[in-house]
Amino acid sequence: MKLEGYTPSMRESLDRVVAGRPARLHTDWPMLSPAEKQEILRKFHPDYVPEGMRALRLGPNKGGRTPVELAALLEGHSWLRGAKLDLEDVDFDSDVLIIGGGGAGSAAALTAREQGAKVLMITKLRHGDANTMMAQGGIQASDKENDSPARHYLDVIGGGHFSNDPDLVEALVRDAPEVILWLENLGCMFDKAPDGTLITIHGGGTSRKRMHSARDYSGAEIMRALRDEVRSYPEDITVVEFAPAIELLMDDKGQVAGAVLQNLETEEHAIVRARQTIIATGGSGRLHYMSYACTNHYGATGDGLIMAYRIGARLAFIDTMQYHPTGAAYPEQIIGLLVTEKVRGLGAQVLNIHGEQFVFPRETRDVEASAIIREVKERGNGVKTPSGFEGVWLDSPMVDILHGPGTVQKELPAMVRQFRRFGVDIVHDPMLVYPTLHYQNGGIAIRPDCTTDFPGLLVAGEASGGVHGRNRLMGNSLLDVTVFGRRAGRTAGAQFRNMQLGKLTLAHVDAWEKELAVAGVETDVQSPLILPDYTRHGR
Amino acid sequence: MAELEMIPIYIMGKRYQVPNTLTIMGALEYAGYQLIRGVGCRASFCGACATVYRQEGDPKLYIGLACGTLVQPGMYLTQIPFYPAERAQYRLEELPPTFATLVRLYPQLLKCLGCGTCTKSCPQDLKVKDYMAAAMRGDIARVADLSFDCIMCGMCVSRCPAEEAQPNIAILARRLYGRYLAPKAQHLAQRVAEINAGKHDEALAQMKAITDAEMRQRYNTRDIEPE
Repeated sequence: MKLEGYTPSMRESLDRVVAGRPARLHTDWPMLSPAEKQEILRKFHPDYVPEGMRALRLGPNKGGRTPVELAALLEGHSWLRGAKLDLEDVDFDSDVLIIGGGGAGSAAALTAREQGAKVLMITKLRHGDANTMMAQGGIQASDKENDSPARHYLDVIGGGHFSNDPDLVEALVRDAPEVILWLENLGCMFDKAPDGTLITIHGGGTSRKRMHSARDYSGAEIMRALRDEVRSYPEDITVVEFAPAIELLMDDKGQVAGAVLQNLETEEHAIVRARQTIIATGGSGRLHYMSYACTNHYGATGDGLIMAYRIGARLAFIDTMQYHPTGAAYPEQIIGLLVTEKVRGLGAQVLNIHGEQFVFPRETRDVEASAIIREVKERGNGVKTPSGFEGVWLDSPMVDILHGPGTVQKELPAMVRQFRRFGVDIVHDPMLVYPTLHYQNGGIAIRPDCTTDFPGLLVAGEASGGVHGRNRLMGNSLLDVTVFGRRAGRTAGAQFRNMQLGKLTLAHVDAWEKELAVAGVETDVQSPLILPDYTRHGR
Repeated sequence: MAELEMIPIYIMGKRYQVPNTLTIMGALEYAGYQLIRGVGCRASFCGACATVYRQEGDPKLYIGLACGTLVQPGMYLTQIPFYPAERAQYRLEELPPTFATLVRLYPQLLKCLGCGTCTKSCPQDLKVKDYMAAAMRGDIARVADLSFDCIMCGMCVSRCPAEEAQPNIAILARRLYGRYLAPKAQHLAQRVAEINAGKHDEALAQMKAITDAEMRQRYNTRDIEPE
């Protein structure tokens, strides 16, 4: 198949985009009022579509609205139902078990090690295979003269629609500058001016320019450095890849005490006994809520939520997902792929088929996405692609006009490369975009030190819930994984010596099966999902 | 309307018919593979899905990411999900950012032939040979800059006749640059010192203490730094 860029009918619309560009270059569409924002969310945000959610029938969130795809897994059977495992035959004995090898898990491993803990980090795929690696735009921290943690706090709370857990937000904004300094010392190459001043720009919902970036490989740069640092301590941190946890282990005192792993290649089980267990399994975009395409890593199937819920841990804000306003809508090979918010941060506007603006380019993500959905679905102003998908224009060529030739190539090399691979030149042509499933706003409820209601169980990163409330701001997830990853590692590192483990048990799996029966749940689903099935015979 | 056409491809030598609109990764899954190795972010950031392929009638070997390469008729392909490149052991905080460090940790560096096979094999189109040359000159900043978009797939290692570990040399250089050679952000260290000295405690406590109504008022009327 030959790649030809945009079709003639798409080109007609693009002609209008180009013609209107000089007039709108320095004039953004106005921001919506608070009341208008609430209205557009209620009418158009996917979270509010009634068929997308249902009440859970058992567990601590019983009766709570939950996305139907996640609810089916939360109400699933354990893979270990009826399995005969000898829990005395322990394969790994560790001070701290970290489930997940992304940004949060790696940060936790490093800080737990600093406290003298022997760490076992296990991961479903490879170390670093995680949404952290894919984050493009940046990481927030209030380190400029005109900014402050309190101001960052206000932006986070407002962006989350005043629903966030205040203590978690305080932890996030307070630790933010320290985390950037930590990463700088780990050798992360943040974008800087020649005098060392960090280059910061706006993101949706920021009142100060506090988005730090490393070109548009911000997450990759952080993940590569964290991974390399973890690899520098092989005597203290053992990494086991292709071995996801499929169930938590408890002891006979009701404490979390490790996990059962499954080797993805040999299908053998392994028993891990640990005095502290940190869930850092990330999000669940690969469940494709509301049938949306997603930006997430292949392994983002919400496994940590399932395992934690099964022992009785409470989920917070699980009825809200983030749909990133700008996923690729064309060409069809990359539908759903993330187009970083940095493009709008650099001034690119969002336009309909007539080449007209219809929304301020840097509303918070939920509002921006809702406005795009309205423009396409209600107003019929979307641009149709040959495969029948629809989207709106993101006018990337504006970036070079506003900031000088070469800016797109220098600031957005990953985006340029992504689109060029499929025949689109984003330096000279806009991108066609539509909202894409991006982030799990909620997760397992935690305290600021990452502890939960269960002794021995901690959670960090996207798997946790509360810090972002009902909507996360751009640049606060790389911050979340590093801040709370470090906090989880510190807490676990401080607590493991005082933990006296009893006898390992999977009694909670039997109890769960009884609860399913009592609740009248009849299901064939076994969970966690582990991997999505995209094979033709599996679809 | 793009024509949907079924085309033959050869996965590890075995023929499958797949739609011509798919990426190699899509084609593997269409053919029925439930991928465990050779799949990761599916967005060209993680380097898990490097694939070697050849076109019918063309002896040249090409390298691409399975998630970022379209299938073509008669493509012969195999994935290389892992390559055993050497990684030196070090503690970044103990290393001087010098040429001597690079050579001590990766003595093989000096055996680079400058043949450019690495550059030809890079699915990110990086100038691998050029950054290796910079490494041999001890120009760590240049290595860091040229290698910045490396996704560490290991394909340059797989093709290198001198058995270099280019991605690992590159990340060492980037970390040395980021920690020691890049100018320090003074304002950052200053803000961290302020926070640690408790200078922002009161403002944060006040912000946390205000009523929901006042919080909304402040948020909706806050001034936004101009572009």
